[in-house]
Amino acid sequence: MTLDDKHAAVAAAVEARLGERAQRLENTAGELGYAIAPGDLLDCCRILRDTEGLQFEMLMDLCGVDYLSYGRAEWDTASATTTGFSRGVLGRGDALAETDYQPPSRFAVVYHLLSISNNARLRLKVACEDDGRPMVDSVTGIWASADWFEREAFDLFGILFVAHPDLRRILTDYGFIGHPFRKDFPLIGKAEVRYDPKKGRVVYEPVSIEPRTLVPKAIRDDNRYRPDLSKD
Amino acid sequence: MPEIQNFTMNFGPQHPAAHGVLRLVLEMDGEVIHRADPHVGLLHRATEKLAESKPFNQSIGYMDRLDYVSMMCNEHGYVLAIEKLLGIAPPIRAQYIRVLFDEITRILNHLMWLGAHGLDIGAMTMFLYCFREREDLMDCYEAVSGTRMHATYYRPGGVFRDLPEEMPTYQPADNRSAKELKRMNEDRSGSLLDFIDAFADRFPGRIDEYETLLTDNRIWKQRTVNIGVVTPERAKQLGFSGPMLRGSGVVWDLRKMQPYEVYDRMDFDIPVGVNGDCYDRYLVRVEEMRQSNRIIKQCVDWLRENPGPVVLDDHKIIPPARIEMKDDMESLIHHFKLFTEGYCVPEGEAYAAIEHPKGEFGVYLVSDGANKPYRVKVRAPGFAHLASMNEMVTGHMLADVVAVIGTQDIVFGEIDR
Repeated sequence: MTLDDKHAAVAAAVEARLGERAQRLENTAGELGYAIAPGDLLDCCRILRDTEGLQFEMLMDLCGVDYLSYGRAEWDTASATTTGFSRGVLGRGDALAETDYQPPSRFAVVYHLLSISNNARLRLKVACEDDGRPMVDSVTGIWASADWFEREAFDLFGILFVAHPDLRRILTDYGFIGHPFRKDFPLIGKAEVRYDPKKGRVVYEPVSIEPRTLVPKAIRDDNRYRPDLSKD
Repeated sequence: MPEIQNFTMNFGPQHPAAHGVLRLVLEMDGEVIHRADPHVGLLHRATEKLAESKPFNQSIGYMDRLDYVSMMCNEHGYVLAIEKLLGIAPPIRAQYIRVLFDEITRILNHLMWLGAHGLDIGAMTMFLYCFREREDLMDCYEAVSGTRMHATYYRPGGVFRDLPEEMPTYQPADNRSAKELKRMNEDRSGSLLDFIDAFADRFPGRIDEYETLLTDNRIWKQRTVNIGVVTPERAKQLGFSGPMLRGSGVVWDLRKMQPYEVYDRMDFDIPVGVNGDCYDRYLVRVEEMRQSNRIIKQCVDWLRENPGPVVLDDHKIIPPARIEMKDDMESLIHHFKLFTEGYCVPEGEAYAAIEHPKGEFGVYLVSDGANKPYRVKVRAPGFAHLASMNEMVTGHMLADVVAVIGTQDIVFGEIDR
């Protein structure tokens, strides 16, 4: 899909100001988006906010994405299958064991900017360099709304935001261990709580239930969505 | 001279004015707030992670449970994001039905907000008045979807079914006289559209009733005027949207600026505030109810005149009718595939935003071409609003915290997700 006129003009302005530092994102359903290197982030954000004609004065959303299992199905349907997928045969952990797909970097942070002056939207995507300790500069100094959004991305994905004023967990329980939205964190969690009448308090224990996959993730090749076969 | 220290006070999470499960740690100097630290997440259900483990359509019901006082608007954001990736648009009648129910939802939300906000700062009667009108709108939800709250009515490609030709009626009961029953069923003899039309006729009068109680009320003004003032620059910095942004005087409404569905065909106005305080935001929301009522009227008129399909005729996404499924092998296969595996969405990413009653509700969807979303991020308006709590209450008295929580229209379903 192509951009509308307004966003095409914004794209031209962004590319004129940022040049090589901004790489256009593909597959965005007619929305404008750029990939930016972590080192250029703060500089580019300031330009996007302050330049006349861009003026992205609002950060509407910031979120982390974990690309660990991107494009990997739980049930292979590329050729005719001799076996079905019965319910609950494999948990998350098993599906991730065969590493046939490796994304260039595991974690990304996605920013959604809004310009009220120009009535335009823009997406920025920053791929974190180190998979073990993903780190990105905090944009709280540019948009105050980033504060809680960055805390959320830290809590759920373990992405560290450099120079964030108060990087605490936000959504998970007090004393929670791990980062639950990572793809290798099981959906059923790792700990369960119950009241222990002997101890007279609530105790934490490892989960006793088994992970079940009710509907397998299947990726099907659909000719309707292949650009080289489309009618127009 | 004795040494005077600040003290720290815990507010919530089970306080009735906390609108759910907000825990605030307040650092106080006497009765003045020095710092407020909201602790959220007590209602965190990992909706986004759950959505990653299910086919696309099975998560529509989860969206109702995010902001549980504006259910269909949440569904709308999610469904729009899927439609964007699939590259489809629903039939025109479905778009009108969506706009109609978005506005019904907006009134539902604002009535809940007005009642609770009033109750919090001392206007008991409001709660009872508002719930009287909410009941009628809940009946519209029930008539169209079968449930009063968690409707799961919107679908990618349209809505689940057309508007019903008759309204459910009250049945005789021991504690109801025949006269009483007749009065209760007065508006229910016709179709759902007749019922909504009758509601839209009487509702402006009801808003006048609310306003006589509050707008010039001295106590109401003492509790809201100049409380929680946010400048337009600051509102933009803090990521405000919806009535919170308009209350500060920024003219911004996605229904006008980035219209979706048939909002560009609707005639309505956008109220904006001047001072950016709790009172202005109250006025903005009350006026929004009047404007929603206008939109509802226009939708009802159009929907009466223009019958048609309410869902796309594409069985790769929409299951075939029950009757077809019984006769036709291909329909049976479509039905089976849709309910066991769902449909695959082409690889890509999309962000769809709607003007939710609370502000900008956005859904960022990443698909890797599978039958389940790879990542769903819900941009909840209340999350950004609550993040500004510290800034809005610092320097105010403890009692004003309640007014600020009320004016932010906090609902924990969407903040904690």
